[in-house]
Amino acid sequence: MAERYELKSKEVWDGNMAAAHALRQAQVDVVAAYPITPSTPIVQNYAQFLADGYVDGEFVKVESEHSAMSACVGAAAAGGRVATATSSQGYALMVEVLYQASGMRLPIVMTVVNRALASPLNIHGDHSDLYLGRDAGWIHLMVNNPQEVYDMTLCAFKIGEDERVRLPVTTNQDGFLVSHTAQVVEPLQDEDAYKFIGEYKALNPMLDTKNPVTYGAQTEEEWHFEHKAVQHKALMESFPVIEEIFNEFEKLTGRKYNLVETYKLDDADIALVVMGSAYETAMLAVDKARSEGIKVGLLMPRVFRPFPYNEIAKKLKNVKAIAALDRSAPMGTTGALYNEVAGALVANGQSAIITNYIYGLGGRDTTVEHILEVIKETKQNADAGKRVTDLQGFINLRGPKLSFN
Amino acid sequence: MATPKEMLTTWDNIQFGAVLPSFEDPEKKIRSKFHSYNYKVADWRVEKPVFNRDLCIDCDFCWVFCPDSCFEVEEVVNKRGKKQAKIKGINYNLCKGCGVCVEVCPTPIKSLLMFPEHVETQEALKQWPTKEDKKDK
Repeated sequence: MAERYELKSKEVWDGNMAAAHALRQAQVDVVAAYPITPSTPIVQNYAQFLADGYVDGEFVKVESEHSAMSACVGAAAAGGRVATATSSQGYALMVEVLYQASGMRLPIVMTVVNRALASPLNIHGDHSDLYLGRDAGWIHLMVNNPQEVYDMTLCAFKIGEDERVRLPVTTNQDGFLVSHTAQVVEPLQDEDAYKFIGEYKALNPMLDTKNPVTYGAQTEEEWHFEHKAVQHKALMESFPVIEEIFNEFEKLTGRKYNLVETYKLDDADIALVVMGSAYETAMLAVDKARSEGIKVGLLMPRVFRPFPYNEIAKKLKNVKAIAALDRSAPMGTTGALYNEVAGALVANGQSAIITNYIYGLGGRDTTVEHILEVIKETKQNADAGKRVTDLQGFINLRGPKLSFN
Repeated sequence: MATPKEMLTTWDNIQFGAVLPSFEDPEKKIRSKFHSYNYKVADWRVEKPVFNRDLCIDCDFCWVFCPDSCFEVEEVVNKRGKKQAKIKGINYNLCKGCGVCVEVCPTPIKSLLMFPEHVETQEALKQWPTKEDKKDK
């Protein structure tokens, strides 16, 4: 039996430590991981907890991230609660197996620390890896600070393992800005956290030798489409389950999470859509802009996949102009968040003017002043009643102004 | 034997996560339609294994290694009075022609050999190599 870990009502944890404690409290059966900056401390701390007797599970050291996720798939198919952590290049190496995990409907939890993808090599935070995995059939939860890392990691187990969902889940925190920034976190005690997540229920476990099953069957043109449609349906229908679990979490902790988070959006004329740590920077910018009389609000999809498109359209119903901020190199088109939000608006017959900004690549600092500039440009569109600024701009990029129209 | 067409179903009746059970009723060992015993793979084959009963020593390696349980066996009592599985032959509906049985067959002259699909079994047995053939090499 695992030892109980003494926790104070308030701890000072960075995002990695918060994730490691959440994994520990979930009493994961198998963690298979390969270390990579900036997520290394998650599995390092977890291994320490295990060595010190605070965990009953197995820690599998593997030779690559491809193997890490493969071992996770095997362990989850065998019937265990499984988790891992990764970033960037490791995430990229895992991608093939991410699709396997979701196709087999294995509720693995992966605590991702988002980091730029090479080349050029960069260890700092942006959303390149998240965007790479966005079609992999996983549920992607967004977090902005260590408290949310802790909370969302606990919720991730409960969401993924719900019998109405049974899908793998990632939590996404910005490399260094969240993962290595120590803040006050209010954790649950071990027994309360475990009670919230609940016992793991294995579904079709391979270790049930009396009822042997095949995982990873081949399905050609006469089968594959139906399987993928059902998998998509599970994602699309997970919204109410996620909300239900967020509500249950609120009852337990008083901390309320939503499919779509907003800040001062109710009476706003213009809105910024942004995910991750920049959301908190943008809050300060919004306060400043409002003190100057600009009615601006913020929106963030807490759940990036499934994408809450109707909820987002509803919340943006009354704004005149929107800026969608993407923290990933768009490489030949508008950013993914821009595309998703624009699609959501069009589908609901809304015609707010929407522009795209690329920011923070490779951990480039994005400050309140930078966000204020975006707010002011977006206000120009709202005031003119048509788009007068360029379609896609770059924030805090050195050199002559770069934009696309 | 179910054919793929008969097995087809709609998305709302599809197997969860493409996880296929071997048995409809695990207690009574009633095989499910997904069990490989109920799936004909003969048309995957280019070459087929031919079994030569005269050379077989019933080591059962082929039976153990065959990934699709093609080998039909019967329980017999051997000279030493012990129960043994005697290889009777190959179920060609289940054989996809992988050739692993030929690979693991340990007799000096193989009791299993691959032949082109169109060669009749009797014809194949006539073409079987002999000790003399082996010496020539």
